Amino acid sequence: MRSGEGAEVVLRGATVLDPVAGIEGVHDVVVRAGRVAELTAPGAAAADGVEEVEAEGLHAFPAFFDPHVHLRVPGQEHKEDVETGSRAAAAGGYCGILAMANTEPPVSTPADVEALREAAREAASVPTGFLATVTRDMEGGELTEMGALRDAGAVGFSDDGLPIRNARLLRRALQYQQLCGGTIALHEEDPELSGDGAMHEGPVSAALGLAGIPSVSESTMIARDAALAAYEGARIHVQHLSAAESVDAVRTAKAAGVRITCEASPHHLCLTDEAVRSLDPRRFKMNPPLRAEADRQALIEGLRDGTIDCVATDHAPHAAEEKEVPFEQAAMGVTGLETAFAALHSELVLPGTIELSLLVERLAGGAEPFGIERPTLAPGSEANIALCDLGAEWTVGEEGYESRSQNSWCAGLELTGRVLMTLAGGQVAYRLRSFSLGVAA
Amino acid sequence: MKHLLAIEDLSRAEIEAILDRAESFAEVGRRDIKKVPTLRGRTVVSLFYESSTRTSASFELAAKRLSADLVSLKAAGSSVDKGESLKDTCATLSAYDPAAIVIRHPYAGAAQLVAGWTEAAVVNAGDGKHEHPSQALLDLFTLRRRLGSLEGKRIWIVGDVLHSRVARSNLIAFGAMGAEVTVCGPPALIPRGIEQLGCAVTHSLEGLGEADVVYALRLQRERMKESFVPSIREYAAHFQIDSRRLGPRQLLMHPGPVNRGVELSGEAVDSPQSLIAEQVASGLVVRMAILYELLASGGDSAAPVEGEPERRPTPIGQPA
Repeated sequence: MRSGEGAEVVLRGATVLDPVAGIEGVHDVVVRAGRVAELTAPGAAAADGVEEVEAEGLHAFPAFFDPHVHLRVPGQEHKEDVETGSRAAAAGGYCGILAMANTEPPVSTPADVEALREAAREAASVPTGFLATVTRDMEGGELTEMGALRDAGAVGFSDDGLPIRNARLLRRALQYQQLCGGTIALHEEDPELSGDGAMHEGPVSAALGLAGIPSVSESTMIARDAALAAYEGARIHVQHLSAAESVDAVRTAKAAGVRITCEASPHHLCLTDEAVRSLDPRRFKMNPPLRAEADRQALIEGLRDGTIDCVATDHAPHAAEEKEVPFEQAAMGVTGLETAFAALHSELVLPGTIELSLLVERLAGGAEPFGIERPTLAPGSEANIALCDLGAEWTVGEEGYESRSQNSWCAGLELTGRVLMTLAGGQVAYRLRSFSLGVAA
Repeated sequence: MKHLLAIEDLSRAEIEAILDRAESFAEVGRRDIKKVPTLRGRTVVSLFYESSTRTSASFELAAKRLSADLVSLKAAGSSVDKGESLKDTCATLSAYDPAAIVIRHPYAGAAQLVAGWTEAAVVNAGDGKHEHPSQALLDLFTLRRRLGSLEGKRIWIVGDVLHSRVARSNLIAFGAMGAEVTVCGPPALIPRGIEQLGCAVTHSLEGLGEADVVYALRLQRERMKESFVPSIREYAAHFQIDSRRLGPRQLLMHPGPVNRGVELSGEAVDSPQSLIAEQVASGLVVRMAILYELLASGGDSAAPVEGEPERRPTPIGQPA
């Protein structure tokens, strides 16, 4: 992240909610030199000349952490870069993101990692970590120099975008992990079962004549890799769960003591393959695909019972011309950083499907699987705060996006709940324009 | 009706209006001069990204019979070959102010996209494995002439349903007209969940005797390379419609082109039960009716009359 001054601010009378730290109540949140100095009774904190934010009626949460973001650097800067992607993260209330390595070329050498970290120091609005690929250039043939990549600062490893087809190679990576550490994050998909599929296999794909990606394409690979992780005692993280069978596979592995964590995306938690009937690839084409309602319900249940550790957006920006083509030809992926909280609040919390505290917990749950400290509002911690107005109604895209791309699955949706201000890594990373104007007045 | 994108979008009444219109064009077809001036001075673009014989030929002839100016583009040999996007091609063609664009494309939803990018009426002449509405309409027309109503009739669609846009459009269309549809084929070629479109599913020809109409689909020979079927011989043994399996009172249809000896035996193709040649003939009048309904009907259902004054299309279409 860009270096700057530690924030000095008082959030006056905010409703503070940090379920993991057991904090819930109305407080003044006092931030000094970039750390949460104290939580006082409302109105009790001395201002001492620092900025005061009138936060009565607003919620202060531990800022969110997204372990699955595509910043598209190097090579695809027409879609996104470190500056725009991290700004989108800040606007979504995130205090940390991990960037995937499936760039052009992929992040496979220590020099690649060093260059990205340098770019983040110059341009990132929020702390940004980088994964390196598991296999050299993501070709699935040989391992990268995992030790040297870790020394260069790679947070972990992933060939995200592609599965590791070769079980022997994955086993070697899991063995090597004992030397160098670093969670291995897995895109789980059997390419033979997926074939040229463009959406979930089921009645909707049958009606549209689109080749289907069956749920078992994902769940069979999770079962294989959980067994490998168990055998090697290794640490794996399963990316973007989409199918009910996959939730079962992870639940079974966790019960058996496998060191496995996993994530689900806001779009898989809110949408089903019914949305694909519109044949709109900009909003509804991604991999893994949107699945059936029973799958969505299973993901929600997994979120509730802790099988799913965290929400991860799989923020995947694409240029307009890569999406303004027939569904089967369109690029896979949707953006999600700027809308994750608002979408899940609108679609799951307001209807009563899940509690607000669960959402807050899971949105910040992406740090620990990668050995990063979970954001918290406990006094003494680095200031990582998302200040949100749960009643704010807004139309996604109406004021444009911080991201360079417009392929938001929420485009045009009216959502309730909005991030007004984000503190990340001890600095003020974002203020919603209308909110900061309000403060000035 | 502003566009014809999918059978799914049409009400029974809209389908019947097109079939009635096609009847009146069949009458025109028996005259010495088969041309009517309805679309004089207006342009129809035929844009085919996939090879086609009967669909492109009949749409183009339909446009000419209606006196439209025709621009015919095939993907091979055009700017599409040079990497131009569908959207850019659309913008280019729109400069000619076409009244209609008839498009065949290898991917689902292409016609729908084009409809969003142009002022012209768009006719889907086949989009990927999704829909082929004009084929469904000509099949309905053919059957209506033979059977009168389809109400309560049993129609079996047999073969490679998975890769067939005709199967999808037809099972929706047959169902809309009151027929009971069964799809039949090897499990790997029947899409999972197809029964939710309102058809029965079977993997055996055993009950074929109940069918009033047997609609066979083309099996591409490449399918065995992808292990959808182990061999053509094994497929034919289980699913070929031949004179032994086809009853004397059953009608046989096929969208063409036929693989003789694969999905149909040669004698079945040439049997008196076969409507295949009638289907081709219906293609012309039904496609004339489609262009007429989109471009000239103005919402009423008067039959086309020679010398009738030209009318502009409804400027803002009803939902397509």
